[in-house]
Amino acid sequence: MSESTISARKIRMRSWFGIAEARNGSREQLARAVIAVLVVATAGTMLASLAIGPISVPVFDILPKIATRLWSPAEGAPEGVSLRDWVVVMDIRLPRVVLGALVGAALAVSGAVMQGLFRNPLADPGIVGVSAGAGLGAAMFIVLGNTVLSPVVALLGIYAVPLAAFLGGLVTTLLLYRIGTRGGMTSVATLLLAGIALGALTGAMTGVLVYVADDQELRDLQFWGLGSLAGANWEKVASAAPIILLMLVSVPFLARGLNGLTLGEAAASHIGVRVQRLKNLSILMVAGATGASVAVSGGIGFVGIVVPHLLRLTIGPDHKYLLPAAALLGAILLIAADTLSRTIVSPAELPIGIITAFVGAPFFLWILLRKRGLTGL
Amino acid sequence: MRSQLFSRPCSILAACALTVAAFVAPSKSLFAEGTTPDAAHRIVAVGGAVTEIVFALGEEDRLVARDSTSNFPKAATELPDIGYIRALSPEGVMSVDPDLILMLEGSGPQEAVDVLKKSGVAIEDIPEGFTANDILEKVAAVGEALGVPEKAEELVQKLSADLEDARTQAESNSTELRVLFVLTTRGGSIMASGVDTAAHGIIDLAGAENAVSDFSGYKRLSDEAILSAAPDVVLMMQRGPNHDVAAEEIFKHPALAQTPAGQNKRVIVMGGQYLLGFGPRTADAIRDLSQQLSDLRS
Repeated sequence: MSESTISARKIRMRSWFGIAEARNGSREQLARAVIAVLVVATAGTMLASLAIGPISVPVFDILPKIATRLWSPAEGAPEGVSLRDWVVVMDIRLPRVVLGALVGAALAVSGAVMQGLFRNPLADPGIVGVSAGAGLGAAMFIVLGNTVLSPVVALLGIYAVPLAAFLGGLVTTLLLYRIGTRGGMTSVATLLLAGIALGALTGAMTGVLVYVADDQELRDLQFWGLGSLAGANWEKVASAAPIILLMLVSVPFLARGLNGLTLGEAAASHIGVRVQRLKNLSILMVAGATGASVAVSGGIGFVGIVVPHLLRLTIGPDHKYLLPAAALLGAILLIAADTLSRTIVSPAELPIGIITAFVGAPFFLWILLRKRGLTGL
Repeated sequence: MRSQLFSRPCSILAACALTVAAFVAPSKSLFAEGTTPDAAHRIVAVGGAVTEIVFALGEEDRLVARDSTSNFPKAATELPDIGYIRALSPEGVMSVDPDLILMLEGSGPQEAVDVLKKSGVAIEDIPEGFTANDILEKVAAVGEALGVPEKAEELVQKLSADLEDARTQAESNSTELRVLFVLTTRGGSIMASGVDTAAHGIIDLAGAENAVSDFSGYKRLSDEAILSAAPDVVLMMQRGPNHDVAAEEIFKHPALAQTPAGQNKRVIVMGGQYLLGFGPRTADAIRDLSQQLSDLRS
């Protein structure tokens, strides 16, 4: 590869990710406006998803009663609400909406951070095998949790599976980074191919687990493959929320560093970014958020690639705005997809992973075609 | 004398009494079968055998929905489908507004069942099992849940005699053939049934021998395991209209082709729910399978 191609590619990359100098007033204003709109839209989508479903429920009569319950907890349905309607809202729809918001935000932000870290718009926890690694961790605990690993499960309780998924995701991300990055530059071809290899490896290990699993465990395992929010309950929300919220709260502190990193590692450290620390933190966060999401909802793909990409097209590449906007749009997208999955084949249900893949896979191909030069393939 | 007895007021009274009786009688007979007015009348049946039993008991009018494995009799398929037995959606089930859910053992996921229980819908668990006796227990459990134990008892008697007859017949033309049940051939590997499966149960009832009995549940078999299982016959579920093709395809598997079944091209294809449902049709399935086995041997 000649020197000129490399520099041409670098220039294209910069124009793709944009850099601090591209920051002008009007773009910032636009970004702020978009985030404001997304905040409203998130609230709207959550309400709509609570209201829509195979059963018609007077949601707006029930919502105030939920608020009352928050400071005076009690069992059973409050007065004036039928037990069925109360269970539909409190035990089916609300946990799903909350879990969908958490998982959607986590996946979209993980995608955005990973793309910043690898300096490539095609990096995504699902595509490069981080989700598969997290899934392996979770599968280990599902199958071996009753036997070999039972002391660990006894110690960690509901956090055992999310933590295992986190570790699985962490190991995969670290491996990927080691394999894909040389001399501070990440080769996308190596990254994607390494992702395929790691995916095959984790798939094989999961296969071993499938072989020793009994029928019940097999059913639980099958759920990873498809990805679904169908099993959402408050216990799952409680097990995933701490890790995901921690990530969402701390990720804005990465924005400046990720912006600097778009210039290349050397340049980033010249402008005062502590590159190694930034990388470590980013990897921890991606692994944590992806792991927690995979643990509660299985492999829901493509959110991490569609959301940041759409946002870069509208508000530009500045991570200061991109990351919060990605969290919001990710939540909106996943809640909307889940609402569709609950209603489209009612009274049965379609796994949400199918819907996100139907939307996401063609989108991914479209990016590939548009940005063919970027991938270096 | 007679005409005097049936004087006008008398005959009017008699006519009135008859009319009243005519109106009362049918509604009385409606309740006479043990169906109390508050008995469940919006029932969801989960599990093919459960649905078949409800139909066999003549209580199908009380069904409002069924799961996707309930595809017999034909009338059942006209009911709304609430999805696969192991992937129930609680809100979907609640949306048909049931007052009773008959759930075959193994329905799930557990989260969905928990939410349904919490919503206050009555749920009756129907035990699953793969022996003749388990079928009768299923019928009794469904009859109990529907509040028609007498009808269920009648059906139990009938099925019991029928199953006994089928077993006698199966034993009389006992083939002692080794049968390998193949669940799927996805990815070129054979998924076969060990012990504790419906397939093992029906093979046993039909007087044959399960070719793989050293593990429980369904597992993929290695080529060597297939060779050492040495099945005389392959048994499969019908997957589409042209099962001759499926039968041809199966023996393209290199290891299976080397077995006695492969060399003699012996394969039996039967409807999945019919063969493995362990419901009212099982006696027929036993006779059917045993007949096909004995035909193959001769």
